[in-house]
Amino acid sequence: MSETTQSMQNVGPTSGAKFRQRTLPILIFIAIILAIPMTDPSRTVYTLVHQMAINIVFALAYNMLLGKGGMLSFGHAVYFGLGGYYCLHVMNWIAEGAGIWANFPVFFLPVLGFLAGGLSAAVIGSFSTRRAGTTFAMISLGVAELIASGAFMFDSLFGGEQGISGDRMNGPQVFGLSMGPMSDIYWFMAFWTVISIIAMYAFTRTPLGRLSEATRDNPQRVQFIGYNPTRVRWLVFTASGAFAGLAGGMSAVNYEIFTPEALSLIPSGFVLIMAYVGGITYFVGPIMGAILLTYMSSMMSDFTEAWLLYLGLMFVIIVMYAPRGIAGIVFGVWDGLTGPDKGTYIGRLLVQIAGMVLMLIGLIVLVEMSIRWSNGYGEVFEPFGLHLGTTNVLTWILIIVPIGAGAALLRRVNREKEEAVA
Amino acid sequence: MTAPALSLKNLCKSFGPAKIINDVTLDIAKGERHAIIGPNGAGKSTLFNLISGLYTPTSGTVSLNGTLISGVPPFEINRMGLSRSFQVSNIFANMTVRENVRCGVLHSMGQGYAFWKSVTASKAVQERTYEILEHCALVDKANLPAALLPYADQRALEIAITIAGGAEVILLDEPTAGMSHSETDRAVDLIRRSTEGKTLVIVEHDMGVIFDLADRISVLVYGEIIASAPPSQIRGDAKVREAYLGDEALPEETV
Repeated sequence: MSETTQSMQNVGPTSGAKFRQRTLPILIFIAIILAIPMTDPSRTVYTLVHQMAINIVFALAYNMLLGKGGMLSFGHAVYFGLGGYYCLHVMNWIAEGAGIWANFPVFFLPVLGFLAGGLSAAVIGSFSTRRAGTTFAMISLGVAELIASGAFMFDSLFGGEQGISGDRMNGPQVFGLSMGPMSDIYWFMAFWTVISIIAMYAFTRTPLGRLSEATRDNPQRVQFIGYNPTRVRWLVFTASGAFAGLAGGMSAVNYEIFTPEALSLIPSGFVLIMAYVGGITYFVGPIMGAILLTYMSSMMSDFTEAWLLYLGLMFVIIVMYAPRGIAGIVFGVWDGLTGPDKGTYIGRLLVQIAGMVLMLIGLIVLVEMSIRWSNGYGEVFEPFGLHLGTTNVLTWILIIVPIGAGAALLRRVNREKEEAVA
Repeated sequence: MTAPALSLKNLCKSFGPAKIINDVTLDIAKGERHAIIGPNGAGKSTLFNLISGLYTPTSGTVSLNGTLISGVPPFEINRMGLSRSFQVSNIFANMTVRENVRCGVLHSMGQGYAFWKSVTASKAVQERTYEILEHCALVDKANLPAALLPYADQRALEIAITIAGGAEVILLDEPTAGMSHSETDRAVDLIRRSTEGKTLVIVEHDMGVIFDLADRISVLVYGEIIASAPPSQIRGDAKVREAYLGDEALPEETV
């Protein structure tokens, strides 16, 4: 028996590998969270970090469905929004001191978001998860439209155009946090983000989490190992909706307002992009995607009017050329750098980066020139003192030459790679 | 007398006007190794799909150990002790070999749809998974993604998942299709060891495998069973020769 146990351990990952792959990343993450307040962050940084925290939890919740469960949802903001709305109502009941709610701490509102999101997902999932694939995707789209437009009609529940607003500085305090200043909200965000990440990672390690992957890969076979794939999908959908609702609760406390927009297709699409750009095949992918896209959406608008265009381009390029997302790129580069053929890899990588930077330069010149021309205010793109108008020959040289050169470089690297394989 | 492990009564299945299975009646005793042979398109896979619950019969019944199972969903039939493999490898491609087998073990170890405990928490599950891996000679490939396995090993994994739940009635659909001679020999050995004391129903094209393994053979032609007898009688059956075996050489009887 002891012999079996011995060799059984050899079959699974070693405890060293487990520490490196599971415990260490979360410790590093916690260290970063503890370090951020020490830098005495500005309000802007706090705002950004809080939005990142909300999006990390939301994107991870979404990936329980898409990455691990193989269910493509176009309406996951519904559960985020319903969780958030419920939290705002409770926040107002706390302020009024209504009944049992008078003693409910605002700090624990995300728990209620979790329950509300989970409950609504359980109800909607009871019919939407009967089929996987396209049917599921279409139902999710329909339900999202239905609930978002319904939200505009039921004013007492959803507050109409203005939405529902509240005040988080009521009710009993927990951990000595008044929930007023940004720095208090920071710890609230940190707490719920870490709890959610750990809980959602743990979920992937449970029998249901494993069955979710099995159902994604092969629902037919799941039936023949004694499980009902519909039941698996429904349970996973409910769990995913619950964590989306938790993120909604975090958002409710952070912004103290929710409008019906939050249930609409726009945030539903954004969470899909965050998860996909980050990399849906990795657990950390959506975390990376949430951090990058939150940063881009709040910071890039300061640099350029056309940031949505860049975002869209990035999404398309990732879908086409890097389907495993940013996480896939990061791990791929890491493998290459630690792999046996380091020299060749680094050489190729540098050429690839050069090619991409060149193409990007050409693209930026094209986009920035066009958007100014299209605005019609007579503005001209003037980087580094260059005057790049539509009639300037230099402009067109700066568009065509870098794009052409970059494309040529990338093609050459790809050809070399293929030849090396063959 | 105990009820047969599997009992098909007047089983029919039509897709529109096409009658694929036509009035099949067959009893398979507990512990029997039963082979089903027949030309392509005879309805062998349809028969498997009817027994395992993937299809509902147009008419007629299927019973497992005396309990009616026609119309019962596949996952419930599986829980009642019937497990099947597939003609094309039907595995969880993105998971490792070990995870594949572990998924097959979970339900029989009472893990249900649990989401409150780790999948590694149950020692019984880990031990059973290891036993199955060892049994199917997959231990050294345990951490490979299933999709990267060589073909013969994928077929072994297919069998591993099928037997992982400890079912008493095992249905194997062409387990050696596409294998080389040595691979076939290993597969037959695995099947023999895996179904010791269990009821086996096997669909196979390789006559060597059939005559080696089976206690009884049923010949299915155009959805009807034209003969059901021990291998020695099937070999001599004129009807079978005419309808199915034709000019195909039967393996010589070896002692």
